Amino acid sequence: MAPEHASARRSALLELEGIWKTYRSGALAVDALRGVSLRVGRGEFVAVMGPSGSGKSTLMHILGCLDVPSAGRYILEGRDVSALDDGQLAEVRSRRIGFVFQQFNLLASLDAVRNVELPLLYSDTSRADRRRLALEALERVGLADRVDHRPGELSGGQQQRVAIARALVSEPNLILADEPTGNIDSQASAEVMNLLLDLHGEGRTIVVITHEAEVAATAGRTVRMRDGAIVGDPVPSGAPA
Amino acid sequence: MRMGDTLMSGFQSLSSHRLRSSLTVLGILIGIAAVILTVGFGEGASSSVAAEISSLGSNLLIVQPGSTTNSSGVQLGFGSASTLSVEDAVALTSHYVAPDVAGAVPVVSGSEELVAGSKNWTTTLTGTTAGYLFVRSRSVGDGSFFTSAQVADGADVVVLGATTAQELDVGVGSTVDVNGLPLQVIGILDTAGSSGSTDEDDMALVPISTAQLQVLGSGSSVSTIYVKAVSNQALGAAYQEVDGELLALHHISTPADADFTITTQQSLVAASSSVDSTLTKLLAGIAALSLIVGGIGVMNIMLVAVTERVREIGLRKAVGATAGDIRRQFLSEASMLGLSGGLAGALIGSVGAEVLPHWADVSLSLSPVAVVGSVVVAVGIGLMSGVYPATRAARLEPIDALRNE
Ligand SMILES: Nc1ncnc2c1ncn2[C@@H]1O[C@H](COP(=O)(O)OP(=O)(O)O)[C@@H](O)[C@H]1O
Ligand SMILES: [Mg+2]
Repeated sequence: MAPEHASARRSALLELEGIWKTYRSGALAVDALRGVSLRVGRGEFVAVMGPSGSGKSTLMHILGCLDVPSAGRYILEGRDVSALDDGQLAEVRSRRIGFVFQQFNLLASLDAVRNVELPLLYSDTSRADRRRLALEALERVGLADRVDHRPGELSGGQQQRVAIARALVSEPNLILADEPTGNIDSQASAEVMNLLLDLHGEGRTIVVITHEAEVAATAGRTVRMRDGAIVGDPVPSGAPA
Repeated sequence: MRMGDTLMSGFQSLSSHRLRSSLTVLGILIGIAAVILTVGFGEGASSSVAAEISSLGSNLLIVQPGSTTNSSGVQLGFGSASTLSVEDAVALTSHYVAPDVAGAVPVVSGSEELVAGSKNWTTTLTGTTAGYLFVRSRSVGDGSFFTSAQVADGADVVVLGATTAQELDVGVGSTVDVNGLPLQVIGILDTAGSSGSTDEDDMALVPISTAQLQVLGSGSSVSTIYVKAVSNQALGAAYQEVDGELLALHHISTPADADFTITTQQSLVAASSSVDSTLTKLLAGIAALSLIVGGIGVMNIMLVAVTERVREIGLRKAVGATAGDIRRQFLSEASMLGLSGGLAGALIGSVGAEVLPHWADVSLSLSPVAVVGSVVVAVGIGLMSGVYPATRAARLEPIDALRNE
C-alpha cells in the first residue's frame, strides 16, 4: 500500500511522459532512458538514486533543458519544452532553472562574483543589479569573504557553493543538482546539503541526484532508477490524468 | 545580453590570453601599416608627378614637325627639311588668330661642345627667341636674356644654364667658343631642377638666327615650337587654335594630312608616371595579401579559442546564453582583435610615413582617408574571420559542449 503522497495533490511543476533517450555512436546505440515518466509538484524535494550508468544524469540534463529527449513529452510549468525556440529555452535556463553540476563547471578565468553573475548576464539585468544580486547569493552560501577569488583559489566545497550561488542567483523555481557532493569531502557535503534544504524551505522545488542514503532520507521523496527506467517511486508514475 | 557586456566580456577573455592576442594583433598591424605606407607611396609618387607637370608649365603645348597619322609613325614633311618655321611661331602669338595662346617660341637645338679657356663641356645648344623665358616659365638670375633686336641681328651672345656655367667656370661677361665662334655670355638662368631624365639647368641658349646660320647650320628649319596657353583651362582651346592656324598656314585642308604634331606636357609625363602606378599597384597587392594573412591569423586564433573554450560555451549556454549571445561574443572578440591591429597599424604606418622620407629617398604622403579606411577594413577583416568560428561555437548543444574534455 503506497502512502498517499503530498505531490499527488500539489500542482505539477514538471511532467515527463514516456521519455526515451538513445545515444548513437556509429552502429552502436545506447538507450540511456527507456520510457521514463515522472511528475514533480511545486515545492517538492526529490532525491534520485540508482547505480552508476542507470541514466540519472541523462534524466537530469533533460529536466534542465540541456539536452533533448529522443522520444516522449516534457511539460515544464505547463509548457511543452519541445515547442520552445532557442531564445525561450535560453530564458528557461537562465531564470527558471538553476543547475548544479558534479564538476562545478565554474569558469576558471572569472572570479567568484563574476561566475555567479553569469545567468543574470543573459537575462538583461543591469550591471549594478547583477553585482548586488551576485553578492547576496554568495553571502547566502557563506562566501561573502571569497567574492574576488578565482575557482583555482577555492576548495572543492567552496567551489560547489559558488556553483550553488550561481544556480540560485536568478531566483529559479527549480533547482537541479547532479551529485553535488560527489567531488567534495563529507564536511563540505553536509554544508551543501543543508543549503539545498534551506532553499527547499523557502519553497523552491529541488531535484538532487545522490548516492548517500542520509541525503535521500531528508528528501521528501526518493526516486530509484535502474537501466534507464524508474524502478521505485512513492508517487505512482502514471499520474492520474 | 547587452552590447556593453558582450564587449566587456570579450575584452576580458582576450586579455586573459595576452601573448596570443598580441601576436594575432601583430599580424593585422603589419598588414595595415603596409597598406598605409603603400598608399602613401603611391600618392607621394603621383603628387611628385603633379609637381613635375607644373614645374614644366602645365599650360604648355609642344608642336613638332612631322605627323603620326600614318602607320609608319613619324613622317617628316618635304624631304628632311622641317615643316615648321619661325614665321609659324610668330603667327601663333597673334591675339586675333589665337586668343588663348599667351606666347609661342620657335626652338632649334643640337648637341654642341662649348669651350671656355681650358674647360670644355658638351650640352644642348638651343636657338630661340626673346619670348623663351616667358613661355618656358624660366628666369635669368645673373645678367639678362637676349632681346628681340639681338635675335633679329643674329648677335653672338649666349645665356647659360646654371650647371653649364658652373662646368665651364664662366660668368656674365665671359666668352665661350662653339665651333670656333666666340659667344659672349650675357646671362645665367635660375635653376629649375631636373624633369625626368632632362637636366633643365644644363643648356645654352642663343638667338635662333645665330643658331640656324652660324652654329648649327640648320638653315631656316625649326625643331619645335613651344606654345603657352593663357591658362591650364584654356589648354584645349589653345590646342584647337594652334592646330587650325598651322593647317591654314601650311595650306592643308584635311587635318589628317597635318605635317606637324601637337602634344601636351601632361601626356608625356602621364606615360612616365604609369610606370610608377604599376609599381604602386604591385606593392598594394602585396600589402593587401599581408592583410589577408593577418585575417587568417585572426580566424585561426578564433577557431582555437572556440575549440579550447567548448566547455565555457556549454556552461554559458547552460546558464541562459542564446546562440546569438555566443555568436556575438566571438564576433566581438574577433573584431576587437581587428580594431586593435587596425589602430596600432595606423599609428605605426603614420609614424613610418613621417620618418621614412628622412631615411630614404622616397616621397610618402599620408592620406587620412587611407588611415581611417584601413582601420575600418581591419575591423571588417576581424569580423569576417570571426564569422565561421563564432557560428561553430553558437551551434554547439549545451550538454555536448559541457561533456567535452
Ligand atoms: N554522450 C553519451 N554518448 C553515449 N552514451 C552515453 C552518453 N552519455 C551517457 N551515456 C550512456 O548512457 C547511460 C546513462 O548514463 P548517465 O545518465 O550518465 O548515468 P548515471 O548518471 O546514472 O551514471 C550510460 O550507459 C552511459 O554510458
Ligand atoms: Mg551521472
